[in-house]
Amino acid sequence: MSITNFRLTTDEYDANFADIHPPFENLAAALVEANRCLFCYDAPCIKSCPTSIDVPKFIKQITTENIKGSAHTIFSSNIMGGGCSRVCPVEKLCEGACVYNLLEEKPIEIARLQRYSTDIAISHKWPLFKRKPSTGKRVAIVGAGPAGLSCAHVLSREGVDVTVYEKESKGGGLMTYGIAAYKVTPAFCEEEVDYILSIGGIEIKYNQTLGENISLAELQSNYDAVYLGIGVGLARQLNIPGEELEGVVDAISFIYDIRSKGFNQVKVGDRVAVIGMGMTAIDAATQAKRLGAKEVTMVYRRTEAEMPCTTVELDLAKLDGCKIIWLAAPKEITGENDHVSQLHCSTMVLGEPDASGRRSPIDAGETIVLNVDMVIKAAGQMPFEALVTSNNIDHQYGKMWVDANSGTSIPGVFAGGDCVNGGKEVVDAVQAGKDGAKGILNYLNVNQPVITNQY
Amino acid sequence: MADISSNFLGIKSPNPFWLASAPPTDKKLNVLRAFEAGWGGVVWKTLGTQVKNVSSRYSAVDYHGSRVMGFNNIELISDRPLDINLREIKEVLKEFPDRALVISLMADNSRESWHELTKKMQDTGAHGLELNFGCPHGMTERGMGAAVGQDPEIARMVVEWVMEIAEIPVITKLTPNVHSVVPTGLASVQAGTNALSLINTIQSVTGIDLDTFVPNPNVAGKSAFGGYCGPAVKPIALKMLATIAQNETTRRVPISGIGGISTWKDAVEFMLLGASNVQVCTAAMKHGFRIVEDMCEGLNYWMEDKGFKTLDDFIGKSVPALTNWEDLDINYHIVANINQDKCIHCGLCYIACEDTSHQSIALDYGKPYNKYTIKEEECVGCNLCKLVCPVDRCITMVEQRKGDEYLNWKDFQRLGLPLNDH
Repeated sequence: MSITNFRLTTDEYDANFADIHPPFENLAAALVEANRCLFCYDAPCIKSCPTSIDVPKFIKQITTENIKGSAHTIFSSNIMGGGCSRVCPVEKLCEGACVYNLLEEKPIEIARLQRYSTDIAISHKWPLFKRKPSTGKRVAIVGAGPAGLSCAHVLSREGVDVTVYEKESKGGGLMTYGIAAYKVTPAFCEEEVDYILSIGGIEIKYNQTLGENISLAELQSNYDAVYLGIGVGLARQLNIPGEELEGVVDAISFIYDIRSKGFNQVKVGDRVAVIGMGMTAIDAATQAKRLGAKEVTMVYRRTEAEMPCTTVELDLAKLDGCKIIWLAAPKEITGENDHVSQLHCSTMVLGEPDASGRRSPIDAGETIVLNVDMVIKAAGQMPFEALVTSNNIDHQYGKMWVDANSGTSIPGVFAGGDCVNGGKEVVDAVQAGKDGAKGILNYLNVNQPVITNQY
Repeated sequence: MADISSNFLGIKSPNPFWLASAPPTDKKLNVLRAFEAGWGGVVWKTLGTQVKNVSSRYSAVDYHGSRVMGFNNIELISDRPLDINLREIKEVLKEFPDRALVISLMADNSRESWHELTKKMQDTGAHGLELNFGCPHGMTERGMGAAVGQDPEIARMVVEWVMEIAEIPVITKLTPNVHSVVPTGLASVQAGTNALSLINTIQSVTGIDLDTFVPNPNVAGKSAFGGYCGPAVKPIALKMLATIAQNETTRRVPISGIGGISTWKDAVEFMLLGASNVQVCTAAMKHGFRIVEDMCEGLNYWMEDKGFKTLDDFIGKSVPALTNWEDLDINYHIVANINQDKCIHCGLCYIACEDTSHQSIALDYGKPYNKYTIKEEECVGCNLCKLVCPVDRCITMVEQRKGDEYLNWKDFQRLGLPLNDH
């Protein structure tokens, strides 16, 4: 048993990481699906989208071959509509609310239609938005992820000059570094960021880390307002013996490596255990399998009823051949020669509901042992608590507190996205960015209507 | 099994489905294929003085992702030599003696021409003739086709000429490019035609190419008005058929129904409104001759279910149900009802009623699903909500008569009853 890279041929890597949601090949295919849409009034799909995309409108626009209008409708509400069409868990958002579900019919393929329009718009670099003349106001944004870029785009549209500070060498945040590679390609992430920036008035300074290269105080003194979209990034520790052994990695860095290196560069074990059952756990497990691991076992301390991932995601893992052990909590990792060899888990039973409303797992007293050579921890992500504390921003367990205008406890400093909500979907971060921009525009007295559907 | 065999003026066919005079019936090869597929009869594409056609000739109207809802052509009468057509007709008659074979014809406006052409047709042994008074393009400029059908007196004259020597049944095919088809129908019947058929195609422009700006169909950068047909024209054809079926003179002759018939259900509708048989073209051009299989079976099962043994049991059955507006019962009143168990909360009924009707639907906001209920006191029973609802039998119209007695508008006025306020 060993952890190695170069497990597969280039063709095998390519096949394993090919797009799992292929787009409509052509207009005819998109039209057939678009024409199924009933064009609901006050549609449930809109209400179920955190960014409130006018779904019936953009689908109607596809049916009339008004693809520009369709893309404009999407991007007006969600400037990352292209990426979201690939990564959104639509089964619990728009498509989950589609009235066709109530007819026991397949819901409209909203994401795929959204991808159809936005792909065309992005590939043609359609300039669908025009920036208002500069107001002379300057805003610094920390983090070029979905929240930061969404905030930057709205601000720029209203004539605010934006500088984004990004600790990585590419924009896109979680979209670029934290999502399974078979959902969205690095090439697309780059195109998407470029498309967002094409409105002008937004500069990104890469490899700039808050608290290292730049300080909040500097930003406050150099800009009229600051928006923090720094996300979450620290992997939650299991706090069990053996966590320091070679072969124990966290899912975030595992996925980061897959996204930022060639597939063949990423090492994976023969027998891998993945701890957790959230979206990140699924992304880690499926990709470990696709990198060539012989056996991947997901370990979750509760049952399917409590799992955070969607059924669609679970099915993805199952179809990839991942095994699942429910009601098992990691207790200890043991190794040989400093290298992981076994994962010991306590079997659990479900007790009373906990703070999350889910029945909490209780140790049933038995132990099961898995022979593994790699353990991937996906037990959740934590906010950058030390960073927040050192800047004297009010917070709760590292999640920044914000008011109704997205303002933090420091006047002129706003925040949103995962660093405030603790980690939600990309689409939630996009909305947070819009909300933050609205708060900043109010603060700067740039009293323009922020979100309009005028073209 | 019911008996779906047809007898139209003594022209017998195993079913009432004939192919209309058009491209599918312009040569032996196609007609043989049609008969092999099961069509009851054909009206051979119009013969006359040989013409030359252009390309392209067809264009179509697509709707909501569905192709060829409406169809359009600028093709003329047969562009094949008359002799070959006549020879092929004889050959087909030999091969399929049990099917109806009627020849469409069109001559220039002289008695001699019509006599000569009629004689040649009869010599083939065909079962009947159909006078083309309807071709809306190309031939009209020469004083033929629709130019004849649009003038009852010219139509009367031509029919008289033909009837002078006709020895087989004569059907006169009417053009819809008139205010009313009745005058020409009437003149033709008075002149002795044995039957009528309708409708021919409706003059149209189907659309314009938004890249080239040339209307369809494009003939080297130009276009011309064409004849419109297909499913889109069915309601117009039914209305025109009804006026012929209602007129006490024209209804004395059998009618062959034409215009957007694609299925057995369409055919039954035409027959319920007075057509003795039907002629089909566009649907066959879209799907091929095989559609006749379902047409025959569907008609048969429907007749069985309804207890009809022969076609005559239901032909014309719906004609009496068509009356004038002023004879309709004003005391009849319905209101909409939404079955909440079936409702999928799409809100289409609400927005249609709110924006364009009588604001009779209440919205109870919910996330993500709103609840919609009918405000009965506001509902005028217009049907709109039921029509736009995507769920079968979710919205139904419930009868709530205003009074026991039948009361029509004429009596309403005579009695000086109060008008309502909306």
